[in-house]
Amino acid sequence: MTRKTWITLAAMVALAALPPVFYWTGNAFYLDLATRLTILAIAAVSLNLILGYGGLISFGHAAYLGLGAYAVGIPAYHWLYDGIGDWATNGFVHIGLAVAITATFALITGAICLRTRGVYFIMITMAFAQMIYYLIVSIETYGGDDGLVIDTRSEFPGLNLDDPLQLFGLAYVSLVVVMLLVKMIVNSRFGMVLQAAKGNNERTVTLGFNTYIYQLFAYVISGAIAGYAGALLGNFTTFISPEMMDWRTSGELMFMVILGGTATILGPVLGSAAFILLEEILVDSLTWVEHLLDGIWGMKIELSNYWHLPFGLLLIIIVLYVRGGLMGLINRKED
Amino acid sequence: MAALLDISGLNKSFGGIKATDDLNLSVEPGELHAIIGPNGAGKTTLISQLCGLQRPDTGVIRFKGRDVTHVPPHRRARLGMTRSYQITSLIMEMSVRDNIALAVQAREGHAFRFIAAARKDPGLREQADALLARVGLQAKADMKTVALSHGEHRHMEIAIALASQADLMLLDEPMAGLGTEETNAMINLLKGIKGQHTILLIEHDMDAVFALADRISVLVYGHIIATGTPDDIRGNEAVQHAYLGEDA
Amino acid sequence: MDLSLLVIQMLNGLQLGLLLFLVASGLTLVFGILDFVNLAHGALYMLGAFFCATLTFALGNFLLAVVVSIPIMAAVGWVLERVLAQPLYARNHLDHVLGTFGAILVIDTLVHLIWGPEGIQVPLPDYLEGQVPLWGDVVVPTFRLLIIGAGLGAAGLLFWLVNYTRLGMLIRAGASNRTMVSALGINIEMLFALVFALGAALAGLAGMLIAPITEASIGMGNNIIITAFVVIIVGGIGSMKGAFIAALMIGLIDTLGRSFLDDIFKLAMSTESAETSAPAVSAMLIYIIMAAVLAFRPQGLFPPKVR
Repeated sequence: MTRKTWITLAAMVALAALPPVFYWTGNAFYLDLATRLTILAIAAVSLNLILGYGGLISFGHAAYLGLGAYAVGIPAYHWLYDGIGDWATNGFVHIGLAVAITATFALITGAICLRTRGVYFIMITMAFAQMIYYLIVSIETYGGDDGLVIDTRSEFPGLNLDDPLQLFGLAYVSLVVVMLLVKMIVNSRFGMVLQAAKGNNERTVTLGFNTYIYQLFAYVISGAIAGYAGALLGNFTTFISPEMMDWRTSGELMFMVILGGTATILGPVLGSAAFILLEEILVDSLTWVEHLLDGIWGMKIELSNYWHLPFGLLLIIIVLYVRGGLMGLINRKED
Repeated sequence: MAALLDISGLNKSFGGIKATDDLNLSVEPGELHAIIGPNGAGKTTLISQLCGLQRPDTGVIRFKGRDVTHVPPHRRARLGMTRSYQITSLIMEMSVRDNIALAVQAREGHAFRFIAAARKDPGLREQADALLARVGLQAKADMKTVALSHGEHRHMEIAIALASQADLMLLDEPMAGLGTEETNAMINLLKGIKGQHTILLIEHDMDAVFALADRISVLVYGHIIATGTPDDIRGNEAVQHAYLGEDA
Repeated sequence: MDLSLLVIQMLNGLQLGLLLFLVASGLTLVFGILDFVNLAHGALYMLGAFFCATLTFALGNFLLAVVVSIPIMAAVGWVLERVLAQPLYARNHLDHVLGTFGAILVIDTLVHLIWGPEGIQVPLPDYLEGQVPLWGDVVVPTFRLLIIGAGLGAAGLLFWLVNYTRLGMLIRAGASNRTMVSALGINIEMLFALVFALGAALAGLAGMLIAPITEASIGMGNNIIITAFVVIIVGGIGSMKGAFIAALMIGLIDTLGRSFLDDIFKLAMSTESAETSAPAVSAMLIYIIMAAVLAFRPQGLFPPKVR
């Protein structure tokens, strides 16, 4: 097996094994971290399908995440407060809604966006995502700016998502399925055309492929997967906020993909892990410095609130100096 | 026999510049028809309009009897027209075989398959390998395209054109940038495929053109000033003036 | 429909449009000439507001603060260009986007560190606090007239600069053919830094003008940047004329839409459905317009001529 395959297997096994261990040893916090990481990894893998393999720089992917979350939140809200039927908490209904809504949104916006190229494409995808953000914020019933607090989770037969371990299990299995799905698509005949269009669109067209249709298909599939991730996210946080679809969340997703490396299936997963761990490490380090300053000089500064500063600097450094992301670094030793 | 490709009254201007000026040309099935002309004659614009990347202002392009003037490029490929590029236009990040296999896939027409792995598809692989053998690149099938030399890229262009099994191959300066030895290799390659395919060859290299062409058309300032056999063209005064100036 | 309300809202729309133009013009200039996508442009808008706010308190005079803040913002733009933009020119647009995204995080946090999490209210001098009667019942706040005046003035200045000065000629030349301009021996680095500084000053000015109305706050840049993107997409990326027309269009449509869409809807549907759907549609209105424009002209309304 290639080194890449080894690393992928090792990483996925670690992801499956470590979080439950943390949970059973009383560190539920790390299980939560892992669940969040896994769910975002699903969204990142879906983004990589169109970004890494398709060459489509979509800066609005968070819209699908948010729509998926609200597809869980809104029915649950009505069930809680308007007393509508139990179907509104049915997990299959949630997932069905999430996927249907995001696929439709992807189809309509993709049909428009894909007629543009380059910078236009980046900005338009961002604008459409922001449109959804403002739409949701304008609907007072669902909390507007403040978001929705939903105390209930999707109901699946035989599954209790209130148990954090089971929720993690669902997220993990979903991630594995999504990774296999994307791998399959990328290596198929369809995937060849998609990748060729990324490398040289005009050539692919003159060969006889209507690349617009291929890219649109990929765009819809990618959006639907992210919508599914959103439904999981809605279950995980039970606080569903428009921030989930803000363009800055799109930027974070994009960073996960770039950080992990766009050339592989595992890359975005590593990127998601690195991103989330980075946040934790920065907050912890700053808190440590806070205590140090307090202990030695009696200075009380709330440093940990400002973790975005070193974070942003790191992101800039990564953009400037790290090519190919984490997977690129790991694989480089192979050459 | 009806012409395979029939161009009549083609016109294309960019601002004040007339790139194609009342151009008339017909290509017979089975022939290798070369287009020559001084620099700036409008050869690239002609190819762009033929394959559909640009629309003419006026005029009609008929392919296999059918008006294709407004048909989009990917459709023309499906109708049996293929084009190679003067400036190498391959998918650099993919392997040599991948590039050819993609062209095979295009011809086969079953590209909306999501499940089976394309690189492991025996049909695609065998055909791609056969084509690579024909152009002498079978040993490099697994290498990344970007690693090959310019001459090898030009051979890949021919393999891609062959993969399409197109009725009409538009070859845009296949000899571009090649040294003497490589040019001879390319001439032999083209001699080998000539006759089985109808070829419209745009070229600068006169030796190659006179060695290969059944008929030659001369393009000057966007207009075809003469068409005929190599001997006709060699002796044609207007052509000599166009190339060598009034004092020739 | 109340005519005086219509006039007032049209003036508001004009004001918003002009402010949008100030922000969008810098963005489109930087993209058109430097081929650089600057997500952090909104942060410059925010910084203008904060610098001006602090200086208003320090100097005791709003207008003086504006005059002093403009060159400060130009300097900030200059620094940002040298430090962040320059290393990224050789990269692709994705890297520009990600790099400037990181810059936003840094700048937002710095502002938080220096000025605190709360917004800052900017006090206006008495003579700007009043209202000016136009005719009939129509009264317009004096400050809004100032904004409109300043916006039109800046637009006029830009027009003069781009069309009648040597710098403007270089800008227009650089927009259509960067390599030629540098081959002619023009110091491209200096030109780029100047353009960036100009864009920063314009964005900062917009922030300074809006701050007394909406307060200087940390989120303000992140909201305006998307609208600015919509403006330049609709107008045509790289085109000043396009930015101007699109900015006014969007400013008017957005303002009038928010005010009158429910009335318009009520003509076609029941009051209840009008009142539920109107806020949602007006929130999405400018994006719907953008999508409509793109459906017919993917390059925008007035795309600059490509080289």
